[in-house]
Amino acid sequence: MDAPGKKANRGLVAKLALMAACSFAFGFALVPLYDVFCEVTGIGTRAQLSRAAAAGSTAVDTTRTVVVEFTASVPAGGHFTFAPVIASMKVHPGALNEARYVAHNLAGRETTGQAVPSIAPARATRHFRKTECFCFTPQHFARDEERELVVRFVVDRELPPGIDRLTLSYAFYDG
Amino acid sequence: MSTAMRILKLPALAGVLAALAAVPARADWSLLNMPQGVSVLSREIYDMHMIMLWICLAIAALTFGAMTFAMIRFRKSRGAVADTKMLHNARLEAAWTIVPVLILIGMAIPSVEKLIKIEDTTGSELTIKITGHQWYWQYEYLGTGISFFSRLARSSDLARQRGSGIDPNSVSHYLLEVDNPLVVPTGTKIRLLLTANDVIHAWWVPDFGMKRDAIPGFINEMWISVDEDKPGTYRGQCAELCGADHGFMPVVVIAKPKAEFDAWLQQQPATE
Amino acid sequence: MAHGTEAAGHMDHHDERPQGLSRWLTTTNHKDIGTMYLVFSLAMFLIGGLFALLIRAELFQPGLQLLDPGRFNQLTTVHALVMVFGAVMPATVGLANWMVPLQIGAADMALPRMNLFSFWLLFFAFMLLISTLFMPGGAPAAGWTLYPPLVLQSGSAFPMAVFSIHLMGASSIMGAINIIVTIVNMRAPGMTLLKMPLFSWSWLITAYLLIAVMPVFAGGVTMLLTDYYFATSFFNAAGGGDPVLFQHVFWFFGHPEVYIMILPAFGIVSEIIPTFSRKPIFGYEAMVYAIASIAFLSFIVWAHHMFTVGMPLAGQLFFTLSTMLIAVPTGVKIFNWTATLWRGSLSFEPPMLFALAFLFLFTIGGFSGLMLAIAPADFQYHDTYFVVAHFHYVLVPGAVFAIMAAVYYWLPKWTGHLYDMTVAKWHFWLTAIFVNVLFFPQHFLGLAGMPRRIPDYATQFTDWNMVSSIGAFGFGLSQLLFVWLIVKCVRGGARATAGVWDWPHGLEWTVPSPAPYHTFEQAPEIR
Repeated sequence: MDAPGKKANRGLVAKLALMAACSFAFGFALVPLYDVFCEVTGIGTRAQLSRAAAAGSTAVDTTRTVVVEFTASVPAGGHFTFAPVIASMKVHPGALNEARYVAHNLAGRETTGQAVPSIAPARATRHFRKTECFCFTPQHFARDEERELVVRFVVDRELPPGIDRLTLSYAFYDG
Repeated sequence: MSTAMRILKLPALAGVLAALAAVPARADWSLLNMPQGVSVLSREIYDMHMIMLWICLAIAALTFGAMTFAMIRFRKSRGAVADTKMLHNARLEAAWTIVPVLILIGMAIPSVEKLIKIEDTTGSELTIKITGHQWYWQYEYLGTGISFFSRLARSSDLARQRGSGIDPNSVSHYLLEVDNPLVVPTGTKIRLLLTANDVIHAWWVPDFGMKRDAIPGFINEMWISVDEDKPGTYRGQCAELCGADHGFMPVVVIAKPKAEFDAWLQQQPATE
Repeated sequence: MAHGTEAAGHMDHHDERPQGLSRWLTTTNHKDIGTMYLVFSLAMFLIGGLFALLIRAELFQPGLQLLDPGRFNQLTTVHALVMVFGAVMPATVGLANWMVPLQIGAADMALPRMNLFSFWLLFFAFMLLISTLFMPGGAPAAGWTLYPPLVLQSGSAFPMAVFSIHLMGASSIMGAINIIVTIVNMRAPGMTLLKMPLFSWSWLITAYLLIAVMPVFAGGVTMLLTDYYFATSFFNAAGGGDPVLFQHVFWFFGHPEVYIMILPAFGIVSEIIPTFSRKPIFGYEAMVYAIASIAFLSFIVWAHHMFTVGMPLAGQLFFTLSTMLIAVPTGVKIFNWTATLWRGSLSFEPPMLFALAFLFLFTIGGFSGLMLAIAPADFQYHDTYFVVAHFHYVLVPGAVFAIMAAVYYWLPKWTGHLYDMTVAKWHFWLTAIFVNVLFFPQHFLGLAGMPRRIPDYATQFTDWNMVSSIGAFGFGLSQLLFVWLIVKCVRGGARATAGVWDWPHGLEWTVPSPAPYHTFEQAPEIR
């Protein structure tokens, strides 16, 4: 190959190597970039949590009643019993309510559990504001400890009209 | 044709014909189509399926008709001469682009309405939580404390073991029988909550028209109903590969008139 | 390979080729590499077919006779992986390697050494994948779709399968780059894109699809790997993840993947039908735009594989509509092929037989696809044999028939010999009849309520399963004719001319048969 050809190739290789390096660096840059994205769009649990905390007391819509059901599972490999205290309650949108679950550590030693919430129908999720929930943080249990866990929530007034009953479900995993 | 081919021609032809004869001889012609089912949803889905099927058959008749006609009429062996200038026909091409779009819109409109009905779980009178396990179902009547497991019946389980020597045809409802069936009332809109304990499963009864995935850590919902005048036993299966015994965790639902269902529920032991 | 002497009766350097094993390890010649891909894919087709026969043998009757359920699931998984990634895709790549440079008048592919590397990566990847059947715990058994959490219950085969997938992906991506660079840069002067043969067009577009989606698949299986080994929670609710995320990632790859398999088949049929109709393809530009539209639409339909996961209503509606929309450009192609037959002068040599069978039977697969697109109906069809029937119709009498048609079409060009037409016609008729005996009853099974991926079934499904299994064995045995015929043709046969067929079109028919080792070292004049 002639000299200008070799030089052109070297230049191209340098540019391509730079592109590869920048792509790789972009992967790392995604961590702060996602934080910015979530902040700006409001998507993501952190933004939702802060909105829920700010929910406070809004006017209660007494003309509408929604049944909220509570259910629980302990997926395979878990060492707890975990169940709601009451199966369901009738709520008005806008009102602050409280529900309780009971968890009992069967692991035979000190352990941690993490509750993962899920709501059906899925489109009710963004209208179900938990102001306080045991699912926000891992829960520590002493050996053989059994205790009540509390969730406080507001079903907001913008809940779509086609929903008269929704279910809050937790899966309780070993931490 | 080579000698080998000549010798083999007749037995080969006989073999093919024998295999083909096996088709009508062995076929179960009653099992050709989707069941209409016993639910308002299953009937609507059946109707949608039949609309689609007829439209496809009509289009097939036209297109296959044209193809077959061309293959016969324009054979070189029949003296056909190719029209090498036939490259475009703007009107025809526009027609066979636009007409299909119109047909598709015609198909889409009824399906929108049915989807909305399927997703509307308001007005339900009973909630049942269904949990998929490897490899059985768990049913819980929400708010009653009644919960139980539903496993493949022992008779089926014994017969299905490799080399069991038991003829599946001698087993009642082979692979479609369980020890504790789910019991539901007829004439009631029932909301089902679906989740799983380990891997993804799916709950399906063809006669109810609906299936939905049961996903570990999440809760899904769907609704079913059984016509008031159709009490009985309805069978289905797990519909998402969930491991070795995916084919061995059937769904059995007994639909009872409301009063009988209430009586049955009263008699169940509460486990919580 | 037998030497084909050129018409002039002398050998010049165009036909010198190396000999021996090292030839196949080091060749960068697009014809040799094409041959290697094709031989590899035929071997994989037979292996994948063997797995299918084992499956259908088990399903011949209710009860478990041959396989335990875990093994059965391994076989269905590996059958699909082998057929998709080992048979269909390498066959179309092999055809591309052989034919694209010839069709565009290029001397070889743009990146010959990378071309060779792509092949051997694929070979190694498959040795690894098939070896997982013999590892402790056996091969992955979660279906070729590899859904978590189930796939994370796999044993020691899991990392091997993931590694194998990465290698296959790299092989495909490099192959795709090669094809795009070749087509964009090395067409003979005067061959504008809109004068390029449709097979090359189909590969140009398929190559873009490959580059777009294979990395997505690699990302998805890497996330599975980190969930398995490094305690990430992409697909684990316990850590804030979701198994359904994998399904989105997989099908975002998976749907374009099935178009990657079928678009080259469309290209092949668009070459063959005009030749044996003795007239040009009807609506050439429409065919190009149709392939491009299908490729574009293939990116926005993926969730029709996921209608039952608990998708919002808006999602179900969108994916129903977008999926139905693909029927429009596909229909345009089918109508254009029919219009090519219309007022043509048709003869029914084996390539044409397979192409016509494609036309009929792929269309049947298209109809079942349209039915599956309707979300409410899909709630009954999903995960049943109706789906199995649909995709086998589009893949077997679809893609595989097109590949067989291509082999029958171009084999004389590759070998310099005509093959035994009678045996080929026997192969065709047996294959075409048995493929319907095998797959058509599966529509009934699905509608009657039989789920997929089960090794044993309720007794009401017995009869159609029996028919289907008979079809499977008939189909499988018929392929031995194909293998025998190819081997015989490679070894010898009546001399083939450059044009081979009565009405050849395209540059590949201007070079002698067999094509000399080096062709178009001088770019040809384009009309």
